[in-house]
Amino acid sequence: MVSILDPSGTLAPGVAAPLGDDDVLAALRLMKLSRAFDAKGASLQRQGRFGTFSQVGGQEASVVGSAFALDPARDWIVPQYRELPALLRHGYPLSHFIRYFQGNPAGGAIPQGVNILPIQISIAAQLPHAVGLAWGLKRQGKDAVVLVYFGDGASSEGDFHEACNLAGLVGAPVVFFLQNNGWAISTPRRKQSAGRTLAERAPAYGFPGVQVDGNDLFGVYGAASRAVSRARSGDGPTLIESVTRRIGPHNTADDPTRYVDPADAEHWRALDPIDRVERYLVQRSGDHRARIAAFDADVAGEMERALEEAAEGESPSADQLFAHVYAEPPVRLARQRAERAQRGP
Amino acid sequence: MPVMTMVQAIRAGLDEALEADPRVMIIGEDVGALGGVFRATDGLQAKYGEERVVDMPLAEASIVGAALGLAVSGMRPIAEIQFLGFAHQAFHQIGQQVARMRFRSQGHCTVPLVIRAAFGGGVRTPELHSDAFEALYAHCPGLKVVLPATAYDAKGLLAAAIADPDPVLFCEPLRGYRLVKDDVPDEPYRISFGRLRIARPGRDVTLVAWSAAVQLAERAADALDAAGISAEVVDLRTLNPLDVDGLAESVARTGRCVVVQEAPLSGGFGAEVVATIVETSFYDLHAPIERVSAPDTPYPLAGVEDFYLPSVDDVVRAARRTLAVP
Repeated sequence: MVSILDPSGTLAPGVAAPLGDDDVLAALRLMKLSRAFDAKGASLQRQGRFGTFSQVGGQEASVVGSAFALDPARDWIVPQYRELPALLRHGYPLSHFIRYFQGNPAGGAIPQGVNILPIQISIAAQLPHAVGLAWGLKRQGKDAVVLVYFGDGASSEGDFHEACNLAGLVGAPVVFFLQNNGWAISTPRRKQSAGRTLAERAPAYGFPGVQVDGNDLFGVYGAASRAVSRARSGDGPTLIESVTRRIGPHNTADDPTRYVDPADAEHWRALDPIDRVERYLVQRSGDHRARIAAFDADVAGEMERALEEAAEGESPSADQLFAHVYAEPPVRLARQRAERAQRGP
Repeated sequence: MPVMTMVQAIRAGLDEALEADPRVMIIGEDVGALGGVFRATDGLQAKYGEERVVDMPLAEASIVGAALGLAVSGMRPIAEIQFLGFAHQAFHQIGQQVARMRFRSQGHCTVPLVIRAAFGGGVRTPELHSDAFEALYAHCPGLKVVLPATAYDAKGLLAAAIADPDPVLFCEPLRGYRLVKDDVPDEPYRISFGRLRIARPGRDVTLVAWSAAVQLAERAADALDAAGISAEVVDLRTLNPLDVDGLAESVARTGRCVVVQEAPLSGGFGAEVVATIVETSFYDLHAPIERVSAPDTPYPLAGVEDFYLPSVDDVVRAARRTLAVP
């Protein structure tokens, strides 16, 4: 397993940091924003002001490290639902994410020039989309790479097999970024597959697979960067199995105390990906301490602004049911739209 | 004007689309060297190359799912599913992903995709090939469902499907591929969705059908004509969008209606047609609407499919019941 930065924040001997301090600080800020939003969203959900959503907690290095390997101007992210900081880095506004999880369809809108597909809820269904998207971009001579997120549970779906098989055949410039976070709701990784690793499936599809310490920002960034370069230079897909751990519930409706061993949770909390980056930076320079300390207030302010922006946006209306079903609504749907406009919720 | 079989008309339409737009590509099982199991893509790979007419691995979900990605990337894919009976393996991609990508992304990611699939019975296929599952797809908002009954319509509706900014399921009747022949212009033309076709005008009773059932209804109309009953045959052409007003106009003319479908009775699209007519035209009706269909059983083995499929005589008897003529 690839690992560069150990839990004490120390680089492996002879290895240079793949990111400069400014980038590492930017990554850390995004990781902290993600962790803070986990708490904020859960709190709002308990107050009935936010819907059921999945927190990123524990997987921040995995999500942010992979997203940092992409060029938002030309590359695409095909997300699942637990990758908020990657979407933010790629240009999807936090206010849209908030609206989406408040149940407002307007949140699904993706601003022009932001290269992401909608958040995917149906497990693994996005994998063939990513392959087709990458294949199509390649066909049009664009030097774009598509990175698709999914989990250990999704690797059991037929769509995973079909997507990998096709990607290998057409040489699609796609990075399959598998976040093995230990759990598919309550089903542990060992009950998903008898295989030793999930990455080892890749050679059977004709491309490399690599396992990386998913709580190591540098390890993830390095593995993802190599996969992106490989895809961009026309050498085809890579499967990255990022071994990490979800430290919270599956989502705000889940109760992990029914299936998580407290000792295991304790073990993984000691491997926290955010603490690791903080330790690294502080070892680099004492001056970073103050900058890191300022992040808490900074991300709190960003969340407040996003919440205000979300509240000021288009409020839910019957018209949202109809606006984007077809380019041209059929006659019957146009009549239903007119009828619904006459009634309340 | 040349006479073409339906499969020749479809091939001509695909050829035209590939010729006209470099973004168009065909992906599917056996579409290349073989030209498709029904030859709908005959010679197209030789003409346009392996990059544009692509033999895909045998995996329906990723044929449709990758086609979605291709469409979002800016291509205009045409995906062939060899038999609609095998589209179950892609149902989540069709009904849940393709159909609602526009909706879920608020119009940002659109899917101009045509999914072609052969369907329906009457040609003695092995098991599990022949079901008429069009109603499953007509129940998926965001997906247009198009079913030509003639060669002329097949080419014109296919051209409209390829030009459509939204996903279209294009169902081609197995039985009609070579049996149905009519005049097809060489030049390109499009037939708008949501406009039914009066296949044959009549005064006494409306026979509503789509796809291969249209020919069944036409043969029943011939038989009724011999008995002095004038039947109007209506070909829906598209189930979504449904020509609600066109149906009402026909029933206003005749006052009687028989809906003919090849699918099993319960939950079939015929039920939607009946409900629609009851809503729009109840006071125009002189008699209860009749339905003719397959029974509510799985599609059987070939040796008994003639017991299963609706017959001309079924339609004739249903029409006579609406006229109270024994």
